[in-house]
Amino acid sequence: MNEIVLYSVIALGVLGLVLAVVLYIVAQKFKVEEDPRIDQIVEMLPGANCGGCGFPGCRGLATALVTAPNIEGLRCPVSSNEVMQQIGVVLGQEIKAAAPKIAVVRCNGTCQNRPKTSKYDGAQSCAFAATLFAGETGCSYGCLGCGDCVAACNWGAISINNETGLPEVDQDKCGGCGACARSCPKGVIEIRNKGPKDRRIFVSCVNKDKGAVARKACTAACIGCGKCAKVCAFEAITIENNVAYIDYNKCRLCRKCAAECPTGAIHTPNFPPLPPKPAATPAEPKIATAEAPKVEVSEQSKTDNTNA
Amino acid sequence: MLKTFNKGGVHPEANKLSAQNPIQTANLPKVAIVPLGQHIGAPATAAVAKGDVVKVGQLIGTATGFVSANIHSPVSGTVLKVEDTIDVAGFKKPAVHITVEGDEWIETIDRSATLVTEIKDDAATIIGKIKDAGIVGMGGATFPAHVKLAIPEGKKAEFLIINGVECEPYLTADHRLMLEKTEELLVGVRILMKAINVNKAFIGVENNKPDAIEKLQKATANSPEIEIVPLKLKYPQGGEKQLINAVTGREVPSGRLPIDVNAVVQNVGTAFAVYEAVQKNKPLIERVVTVTGKTVANPTNFLARIGTPVSELIAAAGGNLELTGKVISGGPMMGKAMSNLDSTITKGTSGLLLMSKEESVRPEASACVRCGKCIEACPMGLEPYLLSLYSQKQMWDEEEQNHVMDCIECGSCLFTCPANRPLLDYIRLGKNTVGKIIRSRKQ
Repeated sequence: MNEIVLYSVIALGVLGLVLAVVLYIVAQKFKVEEDPRIDQIVEMLPGANCGGCGFPGCRGLATALVTAPNIEGLRCPVSSNEVMQQIGVVLGQEIKAAAPKIAVVRCNGTCQNRPKTSKYDGAQSCAFAATLFAGETGCSYGCLGCGDCVAACNWGAISINNETGLPEVDQDKCGGCGACARSCPKGVIEIRNKGPKDRRIFVSCVNKDKGAVARKACTAACIGCGKCAKVCAFEAITIENNVAYIDYNKCRLCRKCAAECPTGAIHTPNFPPLPPKPAATPAEPKIATAEAPKVEVSEQSKTDNTNA
Repeated sequence: MLKTFNKGGVHPEANKLSAQNPIQTANLPKVAIVPLGQHIGAPATAAVAKGDVVKVGQLIGTATGFVSANIHSPVSGTVLKVEDTIDVAGFKKPAVHITVEGDEWIETIDRSATLVTEIKDDAATIIGKIKDAGIVGMGGATFPAHVKLAIPEGKKAEFLIINGVECEPYLTADHRLMLEKTEELLVGVRILMKAINVNKAFIGVENNKPDAIEKLQKATANSPEIEIVPLKLKYPQGGEKQLINAVTGREVPSGRLPIDVNAVVQNVGTAFAVYEAVQKNKPLIERVVTVTGKTVANPTNFLARIGTPVSELIAAAGGNLELTGKVISGGPMMGKAMSNLDSTITKGTSGLLLMSKEESVRPEASACVRCGKCIEACPMGLEPYLLSLYSQKQMWDEEEQNHVMDCIECGSCLFTCPANRPLLDYIRLGKNTVGKIIRSRKQ
């Protein structure tokens, strides 16, 4: 009995030893040399594998950063400028700072603004619904509300508000990777500059119908009237296909356009409330110069938001 | 033993409410809205402008490209505008709007009821006339008929199969046509046989239409070249590939066309339209539309002009929209729910089905229990549960490898699923996406 145990232990031990030696030799022979910086950079990246950089996952970007002869244009859209700078230190190259981005939902067709004309009860997938019909309302351009963007987001930064039926972006979680924008079959979501103090101005509508048709379908639609473009001193607003578009690189956040918009289609998140109308005109010259007082107000309004 | 196809299939309740009601001519609309894209392929280009006076049968849209069809004015009157209209699904489509004034036809159309049996034209002239008349597949697929009749080089048709199956529940348009226009239909069949140069034709009819089978058999008693094939009741027997299999026992291979097994399939509605186009010079300007459903007071088969608003036909049949939950263009299995009742009848509208509020509620989906019923039901031998899952997970390569493009969207899987999963919804999405991927690869 003891002998059987002894022999088995010895036999298996010898076998294990031989195989270990074989494995060691093979491992040495076929060793894959990898730049240790790749692992280092992977550690620094967010690790959500969102694909916003255009590579398959964070490791793909890290490999590209280490191996590419020219790293210009390669960056993680979600990581902050500090993180990218640290990665630059690892690489021994400088990575230029870029303005932080955020996803913006360019549709304000809430249940009140956009009355329903039909009801959809098929598979809850915007991609499928978009192939089937134009939408539950008279607007054939706006949000379908099935939540493909929610499913696409790796950060939990976007969610459907049950009251409005529209997606909402959590600006603290969203890094602007663009997964939601790519998943939206209607092209309602746009990646825009987050803006200084998180302030940004955008047209919350993509309806290309003529004014009257768009207005009939949705009270908050952009009717392409052009008032905003006229009032803009920086030529940031263009009207094409009956929709206004604000170029965020040209926009100086003066908010004159928002005051002019007859349907309230221009949204201005994180700004302090506008002074009452008569005061608006004399306040104009101040806006360009007086940046400082605005900051205080905005901080207040921000805390107000979080409290609420 | 009656013939049927060999794989899958389901048995939905027939509900042929309007089977005994003769075809009625529908009233002319006040304004006819005629979409320029009523067929698969490129939409036609408008050949008229605002203010033009048109007569019934006049060309108002010219086919653009190989797979496309002409559009003719279904009414006489003045062109109100050539502008986008909103289609059944809510999308904007180019259309000709015509204010109806009187009912004046162009002179070349023979409007008499006399039966013209002698076929004078040769094959090329016949196909030319079919092309000019803008005839498309009337079963619902709306594929231009002249393209299907042009046999590609190196291939040969052995026989023509006429689809009189009408396996969709509720619909009776083809049934009534076979009963009431039997002789015209058979002349149409002979014209089609001449066009593709075959000397054998089968007319497949499901045996829930014994009156039509009897009438057709009597009419063809002395013509052995046309054989009436009664078929065992099973959905989707009206599918082109299923019908070929049922009638001839041949199977169209994956990704191939009926002509690869030497068959050409046309619908009875198409055969009738071909008769009118070739023998009577009448383009495709009207069609039989079944308006039916449990909330319709008098389910009716209308002979309606193209461009008649859907709402007018529903009202004419006594449809109660208050009790209706869904209006479906086509049959309950393959038809599409309409999101816009202001749209109009097109060449492909075989029926309007009104479903009551209770009927139209879609039961909530639960988890797949892997029972395999959908696989048993699939007439194409696919695995619907797997295809819908791949589509949901956006695994397009796997979707393609599992032959999603073979799906005929008959809905048998959805009909049979005990968990009420939206199988077909996701398979359609998969087909759509994989189709796009394949097209982009070819470019």
